[in-house]
Amino acid sequence: MLNFHKDHRSLVWTAFLGFLILSVGIAVLPAYQSQSNTEPLSTMEPMTDAELNGLDIFIEEGCVACHTQQVRSIEMDKTWGDRPSIPSDYYYSKQRLGLWRQSPSVLGSERTGPDLTNVGLRQSSSDWHLLHLYNPRIVVEESIMPSYPWLFEEKTQSAEGDIVLSVPVAFKKKDVEIVATSEAMDLVAYLQSLKQAPLTTKPEFIPSNRNKPLEVQMVEGDALPDGKNLYTNTCSACHQTSGKGLPGAFPSLAGSSIVNDKDPDMLVRIILQGYDARPEFAQMPGFADQLNDAEIAAIANHERTSWGNNAPKITEEQVQKIREMVNSEMQ
Amino acid sequence: MIKYLLLLFIALQPSLVLAQSVSTDGWYLSPGVIGTLVLVAIVLVVVILIIIARLNSYVTLLNERRKMRQRLEFSEELTQLEDEELDAILENRKKALKYKLKGAELSGSAEASDAKGLIKQITNEPDNPLADEKTRSMDKLEISSQLKQLIIFYLGAAVFWLVFGTLVGQYLGMKFVWPEMDSISWLSFGRLRPVHTNAVFWGWASLAMLGLGYFVVARTSNTQIYNYKWGWYAFALINLAVFAGTLTLMAGINNGGAEYREYIWPVMLLFALGLIINFWNFYKTIANRKVADIYVSNWYILGSMIWTLVLAVIGYLPFYQNGLGETVIQGYYMHQGVGMWFMTFTLGLIYYYLPSALNKPIYSYSLGVLAFWTQMLFYTMIGTHHFVFSPLPWWLQTVAIVFSAGMFIPVVAGTTNFLMTMKGSFYKISKSYVLPFFLVGVVFYFVGSTQGSFQAFRFTNYIWHFTDFNVAHSHMTMYGIITFILWACVYAILPKITGKEPPQLLVGAHFWLAFIGLFAYMISLMAGGTLKGLSWVEGLPFIESVIMMKQYWVSRAIGGSLMFISHLLFAYNFYSMVSQKAVKSVKPASKIIHA
Repeated sequence: MLNFHKDHRSLVWTAFLGFLILSVGIAVLPAYQSQSNTEPLSTMEPMTDAELNGLDIFIEEGCVACHTQQVRSIEMDKTWGDRPSIPSDYYYSKQRLGLWRQSPSVLGSERTGPDLTNVGLRQSSSDWHLLHLYNPRIVVEESIMPSYPWLFEEKTQSAEGDIVLSVPVAFKKKDVEIVATSEAMDLVAYLQSLKQAPLTTKPEFIPSNRNKPLEVQMVEGDALPDGKNLYTNTCSACHQTSGKGLPGAFPSLAGSSIVNDKDPDMLVRIILQGYDARPEFAQMPGFADQLNDAEIAAIANHERTSWGNNAPKITEEQVQKIREMVNSEMQ
Repeated sequence: MIKYLLLLFIALQPSLVLAQSVSTDGWYLSPGVIGTLVLVAIVLVVVILIIIARLNSYVTLLNERRKMRQRLEFSEELTQLEDEELDAILENRKKALKYKLKGAELSGSAEASDAKGLIKQITNEPDNPLADEKTRSMDKLEISSQLKQLIIFYLGAAVFWLVFGTLVGQYLGMKFVWPEMDSISWLSFGRLRPVHTNAVFWGWASLAMLGLGYFVVARTSNTQIYNYKWGWYAFALINLAVFAGTLTLMAGINNGGAEYREYIWPVMLLFALGLIINFWNFYKTIANRKVADIYVSNWYILGSMIWTLVLAVIGYLPFYQNGLGETVIQGYYMHQGVGMWFMTFTLGLIYYYLPSALNKPIYSYSLGVLAFWTQMLFYTMIGTHHFVFSPLPWWLQTVAIVFSAGMFIPVVAGTTNFLMTMKGSFYKISKSYVLPFFLVGVVFYFVGSTQGSFQAFRFTNYIWHFTDFNVAHSHMTMYGIITFILWACVYAILPKITGKEPPQLLVGAHFWLAFIGLFAYMISLMAGGTLKGLSWVEGLPFIESVIMMKQYWVSRAIGGSLMFISHLLFAYNFYSMVSQKAVKSVKPASKIIHA
């Protein structure tokens, strides 16, 4: 009957049907199921037009080649989100992009750059994002990300309502101002919108097999986490690992009177609430939601003891008190 | 021996895969599960042993029958001989036994002459210290000029896309080291990366495979190509697809950024049409074959084309691709793109070109058939292994991992078959410029595929996923396997149909530059990728992994440069094999001897 060696018709039909059945079972049905069984979380909001435009540019420029958007269910991915990603997270962002293009492939397969699942929380400052897009090396010296100058205009005289970048002196061109186009603003709106929606019962991370005692590195016996690592992850994007900041964009912490003040009140307040008192620098977002008291204390201590700074260390309790004070002021 | 190793592997498979998990749930460690797995494995082993025993006795039986028949035929022949014939045979034999050498056969004053034209080349330096003199190509084959032209154009376009695609790749590799090389939107990394992958996929490898396939299909069917015009239409469509695709990608128009389906559907439709036309052309040619059996190469070729068409349709239909539906399809599509199209088609080419280059039959035809069906079964199921630990359903990930391990079966079957075919001819390697390419390709087939399966295991995935290790793996396979095999086939067939040989020294340079370049490329990204993964597991700041990678990206770029230079040499060699002017010619055969 089925003599594949002599009957080309049955050979091709068998290969065709066999593959088709397997494919439907392993790909089409699970895909269909996933599409039809996924609802957005109640805490999620539909994307705005600006964010959708931003997603368009994100796809156009091929950002997905280097940036993933998935927090895997393993402990090492905790850096990128509070919880592993779930299908609902992608409800609004992964819809077909019109007639010509399919739903954007944002999960990605390479992490040449950081994961972006929670970048809106990690980097909430639009000034930072604009500078970073204009030239990543302004804010992250070692970055290998491409610059996107075509999202910006060079103007000799900026007009009313233009968003002018505060480019540090070292990167400044003579006699021109760098103005963000609406594409750049949309892209930043999209990036700022990337936050994990809160979930009451979080799916858990699979713990790593590494020895537990090594995992939390204590610094010199005090019970705080590693402030240097936290600083590098959270603060160095703007203030730089050298603590020197970027003239014209981000203030220096080395030698700063606020950092060196014996009373840590102002320093901790700024970390908690953000800062926008000096027009020559970009605006700093607050980190109250992102960092706990111990982490803030660790970062503050790192800042107070590095780059020639010399101020007494602070404790978790001090931070806690200041946080309570700030909270009561807000009410 | 290999059979038993294979059996051992199948038996160990479930435990090997699951033991790698980093989950602490530990359900698989419960005695019940382990016991059940062992029991199932025992049943499986026994069944397979039975099947092998049955097959073995059946094959023995067939062999016995054949031998018996031959013996009968021979004795019949003997009894039918006339007396005179017998006398003549005996007389000849007597003479032969009495013959003795005079001791002066090779000396004397007679002038040397080559009356039968056996000498092809005379060299004055038999002990060239730089490169061994390679055997010249076999006698020239007479094929229809229409087929010859079609093949040369397919291969020529493929060479163009190889040089173009890898030039882009090299430029991208340099951008890792000098991110500020340019600030032009059309040349930015995110837009150029898919230009590189798609040009070498749909331009270089696909066109080269189809061109080489045209020869195999016609040759093994012992007939003419069904319709040459269709071949040209398909040629135009595929080139147009890659050209239009390159432009749209650089302009920022892509299909949502999904890897290997970055071309928007109107562009991919051109490619698919080209594929449909070629499929039908191949199918009709094979249907018109002048031999009873369909040679195993054609199984692979037809299979890979029909599978790729299914794949493209599933990959581009929109009805199930919102939300993570797209991601399920992406895993399936990107893996099958490699497995069903490039790997399957290339295997089909090896089944023809390798035995033909060695001038002997393939070691085991049935092993080839086994590998064909297992290729379809196992390869299809493993796409989701690109998304281990992702939010995709856990069962889908597990199926993918288990079947990834199952990939050992077609891979071991194929590798065994090719190596056993080469066995006994390894001494020819130093005397051939084709065989080294084959050997490297076949070895990479084993190493690359097996490494891919290992990478799918949860533990290894844990460390390597998202790092540059992926890039190393894809070059190990698309370059180490596919590209090396395609080169072997091109060097094997072109001199035979054009009668022109490439300069041997340049073929050697091509080989070594490509090989050393690939090795440097692979090793640097594997080492760097592993360190990167470990630094992430340690929880170090992300930017440290970027700083750490810099030196590895430098050595990758160096490896890439060597690879690119080798492609320029290959392009020159191709030119010298097809150019009208080139001098080194192959003697036309009086008749066609080998197929």
